Amino acid sequence: MNAVFRISGAGRLSQAKTASFSFDDKPYIGIEGDTLASALLANGVHLVGRSFKYHRPRGFLSAGAEEPNALVQIVRDDARKTPNVRATVQELYDGLTANSQNRWPSLAFDVGAVNDLASPMFSAGFYYKTFMWPKWAWKDLYEPKIRAAAGLGVSPEKPDPDHYAARYAHCEVLVLGGGAAGIAAALAAAETGVRVILADEQAEFGGSLRFESGARIDGQDGYAWAQAAIAKLKAMDNVRVLSRTTAFGYYAQNFVGLVERVSDHLKNPGRELARERLWQVRANRVVIATGAIERHMVFANNDRPGVMLASAARTYLNHYGVAVGRNVGVYTANDSAYAAAIDLKKAGVNVAAIVDLRDNPAGPVIDEARGLGIEINFGRAVVSAGGKLRVSSMTVQPKNGGGERTIPVDAILMSAGWTPSVHLFSQSRGKVAFNDETKRFVPGTYAQDCVSVGACNGADGLAASVDEAYAAGAKAAKEAGGKIGKGAKPKVDAGESWSRGMLGAAPGAGPGTTVKAFVDFQNDVTAKDIRQAVHEGMHSIEHVKRFTTNGMATDQGKTSNMHGLAIAAEELGKPIPQVGLTTFRAPYTPVTFGSIVGHARGALFDPTRRTATHGWAASHGAVFEDVGHWKRAWYFPKAGEDMHAAVNRECVTVRKAGGLFDASTLGKIEVVGPDAAKFMELLYTNPWEKLETGRCRYGIMLREDGFIYDDGVVGRLAPDRFHVTTTTGGAPRVMNHMEDYLQTEFPHLNVWLTSITEQWAVIAVQGPKSRDIIAPLVEGIDMSDEAMPHMSVREGKICGVPTRLFRMSFTGERGFEVNVPADYGEAVWEALWAEGRKHGATAYGTETMHVLRAEKGYIIVGQDTDGTVTPNDAGLDWAVGKKKTDFVGIRGLTRPDLVAKGRKQLVGLKTKDPKVVLEEGAQIVADPKQPIPMKMIGHVTSSYWSENCGRSIALALVAGGRDRMGETLYVPMPNGTIEVEVTGMVFVDEKGERLNG
Amino acid sequence: MLLIRCPYCEEERPELEFRNAGEAHIARPTNIAAESDDDFEKFFFIRANPKGVIYERWRHIHGCARFFNAVRDTVTDKFVMTYKAGEPKPAKLPGASK
Repeated sequence: MNAVFRISGAGRLSQAKTASFSFDDKPYIGIEGDTLASALLANGVHLVGRSFKYHRPRGFLSAGAEEPNALVQIVRDDARKTPNVRATVQELYDGLTANSQNRWPSLAFDVGAVNDLASPMFSAGFYYKTFMWPKWAWKDLYEPKIRAAAGLGVSPEKPDPDHYAARYAHCEVLVLGGGAAGIAAALAAAETGVRVILADEQAEFGGSLRFESGARIDGQDGYAWAQAAIAKLKAMDNVRVLSRTTAFGYYAQNFVGLVERVSDHLKNPGRELARERLWQVRANRVVIATGAIERHMVFANNDRPGVMLASAARTYLNHYGVAVGRNVGVYTANDSAYAAAIDLKKAGVNVAAIVDLRDNPAGPVIDEARGLGIEINFGRAVVSAGGKLRVSSMTVQPKNGGGERTIPVDAILMSAGWTPSVHLFSQSRGKVAFNDETKRFVPGTYAQDCVSVGACNGADGLAASVDEAYAAGAKAAKEAGGKIGKGAKPKVDAGESWSRGMLGAAPGAGPGTTVKAFVDFQNDVTAKDIRQAVHEGMHSIEHVKRFTTNGMATDQGKTSNMHGLAIAAEELGKPIPQVGLTTFRAPYTPVTFGSIVGHARGALFDPTRRTATHGWAASHGAVFEDVGHWKRAWYFPKAGEDMHAAVNRECVTVRKAGGLFDASTLGKIEVVGPDAAKFMELLYTNPWEKLETGRCRYGIMLREDGFIYDDGVVGRLAPDRFHVTTTTGGAPRVMNHMEDYLQTEFPHLNVWLTSITEQWAVIAVQGPKSRDIIAPLVEGIDMSDEAMPHMSVREGKICGVPTRLFRMSFTGERGFEVNVPADYGEAVWEALWAEGRKHGATAYGTETMHVLRAEKGYIIVGQDTDGTVTPNDAGLDWAVGKKKTDFVGIRGLTRPDLVAKGRKQLVGLKTKDPKVVLEEGAQIVADPKQPIPMKMIGHVTSSYWSENCGRSIALALVAGGRDRMGETLYVPMPNGTIEVEVTGMVFVDEKGERLNG
Repeated sequence: MLLIRCPYCEEERPELEFRNAGEAHIARPTNIAAESDDDFEKFFFIRANPKGVIYERWRHIHGCARFFNAVRDTVTDKFVMTYKAGEPKPAKLPGASK
């Protein structure tokens, strides 16, 4: 059974193939090939939504992507409830479930519609003026209520289960838009043999040929010609044809973003199909053939359901076989709407009257309409639409005033003319130019290698469009290296023209009127709102846009921008080009986050780096923390232990017996070459030339401004070879910093830099038993204190594999760092662990590492320093080579501010109450009784409970800190002020005897 | 996404492979320790911020890893040309109107 407004014999869909669907829980029948819009209209449903602000009933304005009103929620399941889908582009599938939005309790009876009555409160810019008092009410009352009442659809509650594909593509010619012009351009380009991509947002190609009933090309019906041409293009190896694919963004150097809707039109897409596919296309030449969008007439109540664009009514009839009413009125300012009247009349729909603003137009379509017996009224205006949930009448008046006449209608088809779609051209940074004669903006100056053709370039008719497009396609292909094509230009035998029209408010909605004549349907902006914005001082179109919200939201003003601009220009008394056009920004139509994100979610969102012992740590109960991209073992709790207990145990065990710690994440760079020592001299503050082979040194790297950039232990493996370690987070930037100087400032130095972070796994073995743990596994290295003192490095073997064995300590205990090729990291760790257990050693994580180093006052760059700390500030002046004449940062260190008195210096802090652990980042003051705002003289950089000390310990940057030893300072916190004493930075083994203990 | 020509790889590669490294042709003084405060300020802190042609350093960090110089128009974002580190500032720009 066919829906009542489906006209048998009309349209191109097979009426035998039905599809059932529901809208607001009511079941309907459509047919395959319908959009949700055409299927609802076939069932006589015009009322599909409520407007954003006034909750006015709304129907379909258009039959395409420009639709501002018919936004619905498509529900597949709990996780897939897509809001704000334009019913005019959503293809019907059997079982489709759609719901209306922004209404309560129902579409026909919506409580929010009181806003319409209260509209004086909601005039342009209302959110800047109303709901301001009392102050508290905004947050607690107004905002929640406004947010609940406004807004568009509702987000799904669950994560998106669909997957999204992505493709990069290259071509010589990319054609955007698959109407007559785009197809002609693609044919011309394809015939030259170059790679061509043709994309169109619709399911079927043809563009306006879908509704242009009279078009004939190459002896065929226009739409049939388009399908044949597409079939031909699809069969060519050098052509890729993408339907349901919107070019949403035009970026630099002919880089165009397209999104292909792969499965939103399918009943059961299945898991193997992506929902959407993002195409990132780099084209040598781009042909823009995006057509034009019809404008509505701006008159009172022009938003009533049933009032729609003339071309939309034609599309519903000629493509979908649906009549949008039984008794329609037509209101126009150009010829286009006549064709709609003629098509509908021929299909058996009564056309009550054509109301034409023009005084005495003439032409074949007017004659044809008259010949069909349609009443035509020239020089008249529709000053109001009657009806509420559906238009019921139109009130007609001579355009300069006079007696009114009300004509009953169930639909009004309107056309104020056509606006070229210059969106993508404008996004390419091309400059549009205003044509004063035709009152439209068309492409002017190009910024990229592209060309606009057809209606979007201001072509006025089908024949002109196709001619222009074919020539442009051939030229673009030739410029991109194509041969001369051997095809023939399509010949347009018959086609329409679409010139002229009007901009701005129609009579009855002009200056001085207060009727609701909508300019922007989606944002509920009326002609009066635009004029009000100008009156209130918004003289730039960008300000008018933001004040009224004209042209914002999901449709981005596709139908409203030109009307809004014209009304503002009229009110300002300026010509349109002087008022300017708002910027066209990507995306052209809404793009899902899913398609942008693609595969980059979950585990694929960001790379995760794991060390060689990750699996061992995980199986031994480690809790991990993220350090940059690394997963690092944080602590190893035993059964029943919380973090605090685990860390206390680990800290005590390391100092009492020993501990194993994975230090693989430290950055490692090998500096090699005849000039390696010279290079090190320049990059680090320390002297290196005299460092003996086999010895290590703690190095500090500065930026040129004199502040600490990184630090780490460096071992000299050979006269021409240094093994440099960096902080975990600093590894990439240190490598970059070194390369920068080597390549650009010191290119005369013969040095090679190699990142070896990933090549070596590093196992720190620390504690009094460390040598006993390692020694049984080592071959070829004398580990006695005499042969291998603190701060030395040896090469040999451990567990039969090569090792670079460092004797160094970040705990203050006797300590080693065992470097082995990363592939052997886990096996060597296992072997060391087995030895360690014999000595009562523990595995420890980063938290214990932090506590142990703080007990010794060893700094962490980036925690105890912040990019404004000099070596002197950190108490590391000893590491700066005093006799050196050059190193990066040497001049910065002598800047007046860096040598001034009173700089913040790193010191230790002990709380007067040893049980209180300070908060890192807490501010420090000298006098807690001073008035607020207090003078802050420093802050806590590191703070821990030290089980080894039996008290809390902290490091802090304090102004003039080293002159304050023993002074009492104060840390004001929300729950009271904490008293602290300034101390040295070393809390354990001040003499450093345990390094050899 | 921009395409940038690496003068070492001798081909255009996507912007993602590159990292900007600040203004070009600022040489580190050979005897930097003896620089006056004013000269050091000019060398280290003061940078041009032109509307139009800018000379800047880029690094092909996810490629050959070389630093090179580029001439870019800050208005159009277009790369006028690229050249190797150490080469002099080009006296004449290709295709430049003025």
